[in-house]
Parts: sequence; structure tokens; C-alpha cells
Amino acid sequence: MSIEFAKAKPMTLGGKLPKFFTPGAVVLALTVAYLFASSASVAVGSELNLIAVAVLGFVIFALISSAASLAVEGARKAKDRFVTTLVTSAFLVAMVPLASLVFTVLTLGLKRFDAEFFSSSMRNVLGSGGGAIHAIVGTLEITLLATLISVPIGILTAIYLVEYGRGRLAKSVTFFVDVMTGIPSIVAGLFAYAIFALIFGPGVRMGIAGSAALSVLMIPVVIRSTEEMLKIVPNELREASYALGVPKWLTVLKVVIPTAIAGIVTGVMIAIARVIGETAPLLLVAGFTASMNYNPLEGRMMTLPVFVFTSYANVGTDFQSYIDRAWAGALTLMLIVMLLNLGARVVAKVFSPKKG
Amino acid sequence: MSDKPAVRRLGDVVFSNLTKFSGVTILATLALVAAFLIVQATPAFYADDLYAAPDGFWAYVAPFVFGTIYGSAIALVIATPLAVGIALYISHYANRKVSQWLGYLVDLLAAIPSVVYGLWGIQVLAPFLIPTYTWLNENLGWIPLFGGQLSATGRTMLTVGIVLSIMILPIMAALIREVFLQTPRLHEEAALALGATRWEMVRLAVIPFGRPGIISAAMLGLGRALGETMAVAMVLSPSAVISFALLTSSNPNTIAANIALQFPEAGGTYVNLLIATGLVLFAITLAVNSIARVIISRRSEFSGAN
Repeated sequence: MSIEFAKAKPMTLGGKLPKFFTPGAVVLALTVAYLFASSASVAVGSELNLIAVAVLGFVIFALISSAASLAVEGARKAKDRFVTTLVTSAFLVAMVPLASLVFTVLTLGLKRFDAEFFSSSMRNVLGSGGGAIHAIVGTLEITLLATLISVPIGILTAIYLVEYGRGRLAKSVTFFVDVMTGIPSIVAGLFAYAIFALIFGPGVRMGIAGSAALSVLMIPVVIRSTEEMLKIVPNELREASYALGVPKWLTVLKVVIPTAIAGIVTGVMIAIARVIGETAPLLLVAGFTASMNYNPLEGRMMTLPVFVFTSYANVGTDFQSYIDRAWAGALTLMLIVMLLNLGARVVAKVFSPKKG
Repeated sequence: MSDKPAVRRLGDVVFSNLTKFSGVTILATLALVAAFLIVQATPAFYADDLYAAPDGFWAYVAPFVFGTIYGSAIALVIATPLAVGIALYISHYANRKVSQWLGYLVDLLAAIPSVVYGLWGIQVLAPFLIPTYTWLNENLGWIPLFGGQLSATGRTMLTVGIVLSIMILPIMAALIREVFLQTPRLHEEAALALGATRWEMVRLAVIPFGRPGIISAAMLGLGRALGETMAVAMVLSPSAVISFALLTSSNPNTIAANIALQFPEAGGTYVNLLIATGLVLFAITLAVNSIARVIISRRSEFSGAN
């Protein structure tokens, strides 16, 4: 009996560490790292460094789990555990700054996320108070104009590429759309400046020039997503329509587009979300101002991303209220982008063609 | 059947020409814009009396080219292993329900505007990193990278590299995850059936299949980092030097950030000079993106898995 029991014991461990091993080892490693780092920081007299705790904890955990696994489970399993540790901690390491970013924007942004922020501009405001209504209006106008320019051109070009385009012209359009995809946003701003400076003279700043710059960034995104959506419309639908004697253009307008519309709208919304946060081109060609300007055809126009940047870059005497406004602007901007992204998902879910 | 040409309906002619016209519009606009841009930039290449660039254009732009490439390279070195880790975690390690939500989360993070990253980088990350920088400078200062006069504000090249890497992480992770998810199931199951551990399965089936995807994601991330403007403009404390030192306050600025900082106040030939540096940036990103595209198209041609 006793001999059997002695034999059975290594069998139950069976070359396998128990389930509670991993969480236990994590807690152990972090505790040891924390105690060590805090005693070291007391000895040196400096503040506790959380990075040091995390790095130390990671090393201790990797050592413990690899060693234990090597002893109990063998070399291959030990390696597997080590890599799992690496992959999981890579994920956690990457999530920490992103979580910190969202947390900071929320906590610091809410300080000035009040009625005044959404009802007044920065005209004659030097210290606290003031708001970003001029920037919000500017962002909405410039983005709307950019959308009005990009969406028709983008969708029509995508239709051309998928339904009509053959030969050299279609190939070169595809190639240059690819080139456009890679244009850095600041270069798009210079593009717009070059054109508008030629027409209106050097030093030009106006809202519509910002829209033109954003269109350069937006058109390739709209074309790409619309193209993908048109390509997955089944050919049988087109053929059925032709068989009924419907001309091609009506087939495209009444059969192909309605089938793909959910995907197209989603793509457009994601494209808007991408350009609405663009700062650099607007800084160059739309400029910045403290006052409201409703007219995109004349004069400088403030936008929300530029508002965030200039609030930070040109702080006045009352340092803190400028920074607070910058964070409130960042929060507003992030909420707009998130809403557009979520809206795109809802559109994709609700309006996608029902099967059966 | 018949030799009669198909009926050309008016609607068809109008509509097809309308779509063709919009395609041609794009080509024409790009051509015009390129022409204007080159015209605006040309004075900078020849003029030798530029106030901002006494030693000529190339001497002016050289530190910025260096800074652009150096900062992006740091970002890439940090981001690539992390992105592979995130992608592996979401595609093969996390359980399925969690991983779908993580996928959404990563997509949302990819959409955060760069100016927000910049604000976070300078207000939160830089002060947070100062103690670590101090430690690195004191203990590893004999390595030239960490040596030099330590920056008191944390507005260093390394901070910029870290911010850039955080910015390109979501998009890279999303791309790599897509490729990893396409790994043929049979390859994975074959490896597991032969008794491979999860890591051995990943090494034998997932990584070889995904390698071109990793490379092209890295190139696209690099393209993004090269053109990134606001985060660098806000975080870096710039000067016109070529220096590898990571922790000092005299860092080579990037082309994009330099344009963003100088352009609003620039006038006269200084504008031409900045536009010329923009052309150089465009050339660099174009080269990187073209290489990425070649790798992607090679992959679709020679993918052994299908």
C-alpha cells in the first residue's frame, strides 16, 4: 500500500504543475519585487520606481516558473511556459500606456468639460474660462467640406475601378491611390498650401484649404474601403439583373450599391474618424485664431486638434487653465472619434443585407 | 452570337464616363499638386542666400533626415516585438470571447488622434520616465547612447521613440493579428497532433506563415512613424544636431515636426525651404511604402500555404 502510494505521488504531479501555480507565482514574484524595491528605495532615499518593480517582478516570475517547470515538466514545457510569459507580458506592457492615456484624458479632460467650454470662444480670454466652440465649429465645417469633396470622388472612382476600369488608366489610378495612401499628413498640408498659395498669394490661410488637405488624406481611404465592399457583392446579383434587361448603370445604382451600402457607409465613417483628428495639415493651411469664424472661404479657422496643440504650445500667464483647456479639447476630440467608430460598427450591423 | 454591337444606352455612357472622370480627376489633381509643390520647392535647392540655411539646403535638411529616421527606428525596435506579442496573445493565447473584445479595443486605440498622444507624452510619460532616465544615465552612462548631459524635462529622443512606438502599436498589432488568424488550421492541428507544445506549434506553423505579414506591418508602421508630426513636435526638445544620444536635451528634430513648428511663422524663401524638406520626407515615405508593397505582393504570389 505504502509503496503504491509513494509511486502514485509523482504520477499525480504527472510532469505537470498544478493549476494554481501560475497565479501563485505571479503574486509571489510581485511581492518579492515590491519588498526588494521599496527597501532599496528607502536605503537610497529615492521614491519607489514602479517600472523597476514591474521589471524585477517579471524577471523573478520568469525564473521561478521556468525553473519549476524545468524540474517538474521537462525542457520543452519549460520553454513553452517561458514564451507564454513573454507573450502575455508583452500584451500587458502594451496595454499599460494605452490604459494610462485613456485614464488621463478622462480625468484631466473632465475638469473643464463644462457648459462654458462648449459655449464660448477664446476671444479676449487670457486666463481661466473661455472655451472651444470656435474650434468645434471649425472642425465640423472643415471635416464636412472634406467629406463632401472626398465621398463622391472616392465612391465614383471605386465604382470605376471595380465595375468599369480596365487597362492602363485603371492601373495608373490604382497605383496613384496607393501613393496617396502613403502621403504623410504634413505633406498633404503642404500640397494644399502650394495650390492655394498659387491662387491667393503666399501666406494664405483659410478653412477650405484645410478641407482640401484632409481630402487628400481621406480620398484613398474611401476608395479602398468602397472597392473592397463592391468586390464582395456576388456576381450572380449583377448577372440576374442583366438577365432581366436592366442596363449596367442602373444595375450598379440599384443592385450593387444598395447591397454594399452598409460597408460603404462604415468605410466613410472610419475615414472621417481618421481625418477629424488630423492636426498638422490644418496647422499649416487653416491656421489658428481665438475667434469664431463661420466662413471657410476667408481667413484663419480654428479646429479642435489645433486648439489642443496651441493651448499647450502657447500657454499664457495662467499656465494651468491653458493646459486644462487642452485636455478638455483632447477629451472632446476623442469622444467624437470613438462615437464615429462605434457608429460605424452599428451601421455595419444594422444595415448589412439580411440573408434569406 | 450576332455581330451587331451591343446597344449603347445614354445612361450607361453618362454614368461610366462620370466614374472615369472622377478617376481622371484624381490623377490630374495629383499631377498638378506635384508640379506646384516642385515649383514651390525649387528655389530652396538653388538659392545660396537663405537666411535659415546659410550652408545650403542639404546641410539644413541633413539633421532632420537623421532625426526622422532615428526616431522611427527606435519606435520600430520597441514596437515590433510588442506588436507580435499582442497579435499572438489575441490570436492564439487569449480565449476566444476575450480576444474578440481585445480586437475591438485595439482597433479603437488605432483611431486616437496623434495630438492626444502628444499631449499625453509630454504631460504624463516624460515626467514619469525621468527617474528611469536618471538611473540609466548614472549607471549605464558609459554607453554613448545613455551618456551626455541628462535632460531635466524628459523631452528626449527616447521619449519620442516610445511615444511613436505606442502610436504605431495598435495598427501593427491589428495587421499582424489578421495574418496570424489566417494561418491554415490544418498546419496548426498537424503540429499539435504530433505532440508539439503551444510554443512549438506557433514556431512551426504560425510564425513561418506570418513572417511576410510581420515584415510588411513593420514597414507600414515605419511609414507612419516617419510622417508623424504632432507627437514629435510636442514632446521633443529640438536642435539642429546629428546625435545618437538618447537622454540629452539636444536632439535632432524630425522633418515633419520642424515644418509644423516653423511654418506658421515662416515667410518668403523660408516657406520654399520648408516645402523642399517636405518633398524629401515624401520621397522617404514613398520608398518605405513601396518596399512594403513589394513584400506584400510577393507574399500573395509565393504563399506556400494555399
